Amino acid sequence: MSDIHAQTAYVRTAMLPQAAPPVRETGAVKWVRENLFSSWLNIILTLASIWFVWTVVSHLFPWFYNSIWRAKSLTECRAIRDATLGPDASAACFAVITDRWKQLLFGFYPSSEYWRPTLSLVLLVVGILPMLFTTLPRKLLWGTLALPFVLFFLLWGGSIWTTVMVAAGFVLGFAAIKILTPIGGAILAAIGAVLIPILFWIYAAGPLAESLHSILPIGLEFVQSKDFGGFMVSTVIGVAGIALSLPLGIVLALGRKSDLFIVNKLSTAFIEIIRGVPLIVWLFTASLLLNYFLPPGTNFDLLLRVIIMVTLFSAAYIAEVVRGGLAALPKGQYEGADSLGLSYWQSMQLIVLPQALKISIPGIVNSFIGLFKDTTLVVFIGILDPIGLTNSIRASTDWNGIYWELYVFIGLMFFIFCFSMGRYSLYLEKKLQREHR
Amino acid sequence: MTISIDPPKQSFRLSQLIYDTRYRSITIQVVTLCLVALGIIWLGYNASVNLTALGLEPNFSFLWNRAGYDINQTLIPYNNSDTHARAALIGILNTLLVAGLGCVTATLIGVIAGVLRLSKNWVVAKLMTVYVEGFRNVPLLLWIILIYAVMTEGTPSPRDFREGGTASMWLDSTVAVTNRGLYIPAPVWGPNSGFVVAVFILSIIGALFYRRYARKVLFDTGRLLPMVWPALLIAIIPAVLVFFILGRPIGLSYPELGGFNFAGGLQISNPLIALWVALSLYTGAFIAEIVRAGILAVSKGQSEAAFALGLRPNRTMSLVILPQAMRVIIPPLISQYLNLTKNSSLAIAVGYADVRATLGGITLNQTGRALECMLLIGLFYLAISLLISGVMNIYNNSMKLKER
Repeated sequence: MSDIHAQTAYVRTAMLPQAAPPVRETGAVKWVRENLFSSWLNIILTLASIWFVWTVVSHLFPWFYNSIWRAKSLTECRAIRDATLGPDASAACFAVITDRWKQLLFGFYPSSEYWRPTLSLVLLVVGILPMLFTTLPRKLLWGTLALPFVLFFLLWGGSIWTTVMVAAGFVLGFAAIKILTPIGGAILAAIGAVLIPILFWIYAAGPLAESLHSILPIGLEFVQSKDFGGFMVSTVIGVAGIALSLPLGIVLALGRKSDLFIVNKLSTAFIEIIRGVPLIVWLFTASLLLNYFLPPGTNFDLLLRVIIMVTLFSAAYIAEVVRGGLAALPKGQYEGADSLGLSYWQSMQLIVLPQALKISIPGIVNSFIGLFKDTTLVVFIGILDPIGLTNSIRASTDWNGIYWELYVFIGLMFFIFCFSMGRYSLYLEKKLQREHR
Repeated sequence: MTISIDPPKQSFRLSQLIYDTRYRSITIQVVTLCLVALGIIWLGYNASVNLTALGLEPNFSFLWNRAGYDINQTLIPYNNSDTHARAALIGILNTLLVAGLGCVTATLIGVIAGVLRLSKNWVVAKLMTVYVEGFRNVPLLLWIILIYAVMTEGTPSPRDFREGGTASMWLDSTVAVTNRGLYIPAPVWGPNSGFVVAVFILSIIGALFYRRYARKVLFDTGRLLPMVWPALLIAIIPAVLVFFILGRPIGLSYPELGGFNFAGGLQISNPLIALWVALSLYTGAFIAEIVRAGILAVSKGQSEAAFALGLRPNRTMSLVILPQAMRVIIPPLISQYLNLTKNSSLAIAVGYADVRATLGGITLNQTGRALECMLLIGLFYLAISLLISGVMNIYNNSMKLKER
């Protein structure tokens, strides 16, 4: 043993300290090498992207950076630019936004009443919070239920009793269900819940509202729908369409999955016809043709017609999304519900829909985003949504010739709305995820 | 222990229609049908009363009257003494033109953006994310108007191309970008040009046959013949040879500046370009998401298994991943094509003469036949949509995973 030891020239007694990895294998350098310059194709792509970003930013940044926010007209804007930056400088004139933002938000709504849409928006946000976040107390949902009536009254105004009567019809229908179910079973209750409010609205609501108004005149100044405009009208159409199209879409989807032959065929035909034709054609139909199909002499509000059309259109799309969710559910779930002896509505309500809707959330939110974006199409039938207002702003001598600033502003507003809706759907998807991946 | 006996014969009672599940479904259906029929009859009755009062009984004979208006872009010959029906046909062709062009470019953009968004390259992936989110979250109408404004406000007028003007043509004086449209060289078909085209089509068919043959050889013997290069050569070389042998029968006419405008060449009008670009970019953003989801939907185990079997990366892609991703990609892709076709009706924003602008616009306003015009437009779009969804259903059924 000792011989061997003596023959060895060198034995390490102390370990070398750990050396740092080469520079090119650590930190930012490694990341850049692996992610941006790993192959020739990647190098070309990276350089092309950087060149593209640079081109865009170098053109747009001065435009934003030099932007002018205080002026009364485009000529004044140009004068300010020429005085401070020189005649060739690129400068945005966002003064048009500061000058006309009220018009862009509210259209031609009377300026003394701006508090009403503003309050409506605040109430809307507060009202839908308990629906969006389940951690809030459930009792707040009662407030959400009253929300449509409050908003209707605030936005259109008129006598408060009209709104109260509309709401009373729903209360009557609800009461009919509660009272008639023990007496005559579900079917009688359903018939009563539909018939009683309709009869009430047709015969009793009008005179009752008038007499109540003569006793106790409470109300707000009445605002016509044609004065609605700007982002307010987009939001009104969008929110009403979303709220109404979801239940209708679910019913249509159930109809299309139903075993009842006639119900199935009717739902299918409705969905396919609505989806097969562009929204713009439906909107023209609503504005040009709808009067032909109503009793002579009736004429109802254009905005209401648009809301109905948008709702039907979006409901057909949502029905297809929900049908996808229903189809994606394993057959065992339907069979399990049947074997427990649940009735059709019980199995739908307790077993099928909660799971199917969860699957279809991304699609449903996408439909909502689509609906909100599609509200811009109303400009073609004469409703002054933000895009329509750009034309009327340009028509004034002050702002003749201004394009980009208005489009950028409107695009940004829509982006914020739609992007946050998309993010919320991602949050909901994560929260409802029950599988462990 | 009882033996099973036949249930007592019960006479049919009326209440069974409601409480017996065997009959209830019939009751519900009959009631639904009656309500719907009543509703339709009510609407139809109102319509007939209203239309008679206005003197507008439904009648399609106006289609054969003289249209009397000009259309700025026509694919087939048309002048203002032609009929309304021909004007509608021009509109339909224009709709199909922009929809067809849009589908091709949107697919290209969408596939490239979708693949690049999955790339490891951080800069490229982020850039594509910005593109996709930016276009998906802003209304298409705004994009169309914006791009149209760029085309008309941001480009020089033909005057500026004259001597000493500020603008100049691109690509060796063959392409001019003006605020009146894009001018590009147009093909001029000489006497024997049909022969060249026929040879070209035949050689493409020949190339397809070669691919089929190579595939058969591969499956029969396992021998791998080169696929891409021979097929390309077969497709191109005969046509080029014939082209030169016949003395170059197909020429090009270049746009030339004459007076205040360009003459010669092919003018692609700005409305068409704006609509085409906006539809392609907008739909491309949606297709990018579909492609990305399709690729992500194929589980990693599939590609790992293919590698374990010794397949090369390109064969893994073409034989294992793509067929499975396609099952996920194709149905929503087709519905995007459908959306693009329907969205092309936004041509109204830029004044492109699509079917809504001719039949549903000028014809409708001139004749006052709103019901008939809207009905025809609706039927046109519905026919396209049902055709495409019919094709899609056949595809889906052939691709469906078989469950019980």
